[in-house]
Amino acid sequence: MRSLTKTTRRDFLKIAGTSAGGLFIGFNMFGCDSPKVEVLSTEEVLAQAKNFNSYLSISPTGDVVIYSPNPELGQNIKTSFPMVVAEELDADWEKVRVLQAHLDTEKYDRQLTGGSGAMPHSWERLRKAGATAKFVLVAAAAKVWNVPAEEITVDQGIISHKGSGKSGHFGEFVAEAASISAPEDVKLKEKKDFKIIGTAVKNVDAKDMYTGKPLFGLDFQREGMLHAMVQRAPFGMKIKSVDENAARGVSGVKDVVVFGNSVAVVSDKTWPLLKAKKLLKISYEPDGKVESSSDHDEIFRELIANGKAEERRRDGNVDQAFSQAAQVVTAEYQCPFLAHSPMEPENFFAHVKGDKCELIGPTQTPDRARQTAAGILGIPAENVSVEITRLGGGFGRRLRADFVEEAVHISKAMNAPVKVIWDREDELTGGAYRPAVRYRFEAALDQSGTMIGYKLRGVGMNAGNSTREHNFPSGAVDNLLIESVNYESSITTNAWRAPITNFLAYAEQSFLDEVALAAGKDPVDFRLELLNRAKSNPVGELGYDVDRMIGVVKAAAEKSNWGKSPTVKQGFSVYYSHRSYVAQVADIEMENGTPTLKKITAVTDCGMVINPTGANHQVRGGIVDGMGHAMFTNLTFDNGVPKQKNFDSYRLIRMKEVPEIETHFLDTGFDPTGLGEPALPPTGGAIANAIFAATGRRLRSQPFIEQNEFSDIKLDIRRA
Amino acid sequence: MATYNLKVNGKSHQVEVEDDTPLLWVLRDHIGLVGTKFSCGIAQCGACTVHINGNATFSCVTPISSVGNSEVITIEGLSENGDHPVQKAWEEVDVAQCGYCQAGQIMQAAAFLNNNPSPSMEEIDNAMNRNLCRCGTYHKIREAVALAAKNN
Repeated sequence: MRSLTKTTRRDFLKIAGTSAGGLFIGFNMFGCDSPKVEVLSTEEVLAQAKNFNSYLSISPTGDVVIYSPNPELGQNIKTSFPMVVAEELDADWEKVRVLQAHLDTEKYDRQLTGGSGAMPHSWERLRKAGATAKFVLVAAAAKVWNVPAEEITVDQGIISHKGSGKSGHFGEFVAEAASISAPEDVKLKEKKDFKIIGTAVKNVDAKDMYTGKPLFGLDFQREGMLHAMVQRAPFGMKIKSVDENAARGVSGVKDVVVFGNSVAVVSDKTWPLLKAKKLLKISYEPDGKVESSSDHDEIFRELIANGKAEERRRDGNVDQAFSQAAQVVTAEYQCPFLAHSPMEPENFFAHVKGDKCELIGPTQTPDRARQTAAGILGIPAENVSVEITRLGGGFGRRLRADFVEEAVHISKAMNAPVKVIWDREDELTGGAYRPAVRYRFEAALDQSGTMIGYKLRGVGMNAGNSTREHNFPSGAVDNLLIESVNYESSITTNAWRAPITNFLAYAEQSFLDEVALAAGKDPVDFRLELLNRAKSNPVGELGYDVDRMIGVVKAAAEKSNWGKSPTVKQGFSVYYSHRSYVAQVADIEMENGTPTLKKITAVTDCGMVINPTGANHQVRGGIVDGMGHAMFTNLTFDNGVPKQKNFDSYRLIRMKEVPEIETHFLDTGFDPTGLGEPALPPTGGAIANAIFAATGRRLRSQPFIEQNEFSDIKLDIRRA
Repeated sequence: MATYNLKVNGKSHQVEVEDDTPLLWVLRDHIGLVGTKFSCGIAQCGACTVHINGNATFSCVTPISSVGNSEVITIEGLSENGDHPVQKAWEEVDVAQCGYCQAGQIMQAAAFLNNNPSPSMEEIDNAMNRNLCRCGTYHKIREAVALAAKNN
């Protein structure tokens, strides 16, 4: 497999003595022949800091400031990134301060949050950032003390030389360090020597969050700022006419702005907007497909049967395998649309000032925000600044820039600073959704119960490729066909935490259970049999590391006491996504005749764990998320408008609905991979398989509680 | 428009607003206390939880005209230095992921523990079931409420 963590271009170190005597260190990743050190003023650093990728400063007092470039939405990157830098620097964590960097595409590479990709992308460069700074500080101390650098040690921000008994903090050597050259390849620490990485460092924003400080986009205020709310058209419709009189009549409403297919109400306060938006009388007319969920069901059935499919992968002779099969297992699985529903509704601040634009708010893709604004205004991208606030959740919703677009249009129209605010109804009805998808699986078994053929056909709504053709069980079956059909819907769809795999994993892992049952094999043994085949004699390309997958399967079976208790009905699931491996087991016990979901055991291989608290959070959070949406949540359309408009009908999982979750992490020695997504995909399958084990009911559609098969089952959820 | 005199976090505030303005928006837009969060607006998620005379209340559906002389406490006023037992427990347990719902969770927990200082885990679950957390920090919330009860 290709490693994505390698720093392929040579680092170029810049050190600047500042007017205050501080040390700025940045790392240029592009195109320099040899590392060299330049002494610059602060202004020069800022002006010349081209293509910097990581950035830290050390004050004469020994305080360390580490800038965290990637948007923080709960994945804990604002704590874990600086931990890596501080580790190699051997800083005193108590003296580290973390700041959210603004968008700077010249300093930072991949300044976005998505795909669980930040840590694998930045691991090596963050380490180098810390290690190079430590190298020059040590060299500076050696020079000042006139001792060999190799005799110097660093611990918690203190540089010491045992022989001479000398010691001092980082700040004392900042000025001297500015004249030191850095090595071409700085030596990184041995992982066994890590002191900060692997420890439960607390969230750097904790105090501010727990005392109500303004951290989030919605909290941002500026003198003279206007607020705006927008009524968007139903999907597939356009505005025919607008009667804004009643809305204008609401006390506090300053203006109504029509742009594109949207109507905005503007005020200097929020409450008048919530009232006025409801009073807008807008009539619409069709402008394309006006879709309802009942149409989608028809479309799915038709396209599964007769759709024009794109062949994603073909191994062996599938037709022959199925014609020779002793047994064929077929099943179809379907999921609904889902909204992202971050707790902080979408919002963004924009201030258009002539040919310049200032943007502030919660975005997963600050550069997309900038490009969007520049495009609308017809100005160069460098005229747009983007400040990233903390994000009150994202789940993929804030990869988009529709809310930025709105803020820019309205700020321009009003010639004033404007913050656009969505309410929950906007978020659920005017959003962008996890697309509905339907899968048909077919498996051919021979006499001995070996899977000799496997077919998967996915139909997605704007889902592009609705399969992951090189994932398991590809590589483990001689004859295999993976196809994808795409339907172009007028409903806006978007990446949603663990795109595609958030449902595909459930469908596949549930189907493999069906096949194991037909083959008369234990679900874990059946998966291991396939994985052993992929290991010893792989068929075609493998998108996953077989040993790591076997590792989590075996560990999850062991940790969950798989198959050991006759009274505990268990469901198994394993999935590889976003470079991490997660296996889960759900335990259901009968209590007073009621199946009761008691526990989910998860074993994760994400390589090295940076912060056990954060890692636990992501795994548990992913499981709770996967479980909640698999069991409870549905979004259905009626003539281009979602029927579920708020949390009273759009049901999210609550405190009393989560079982005990036991997490384990395998120390496999690999570099760290991301965890924002990988724990979610396996959960639905583990629960569905446990429900089958307990009740004999196979759930092939989500949400579970709305399925006929489930109507007479009361599933309790209780923690120990 | 009417004039209202409010007592928030021990201080008096005078605001000119419509009678139907929810307390949430008076706090956020008029008084500048943005720690209390907006999320659903219909008393379903608890992000806007404040204390009114010590009771956990959803400020998004509490019209200003109903508040009167009541004592309103927001997350900013729960303690002077952020050291209320619930806040300390939240830090100790390191509860938050995105953090957006946590002010509401803390206010819910603080009012609950005030009325029930030694709750069972089931009572904690029942009380905290009113507040949504989209990141799924429920296990940590539960642990932190129990810790706050134990430490106090």
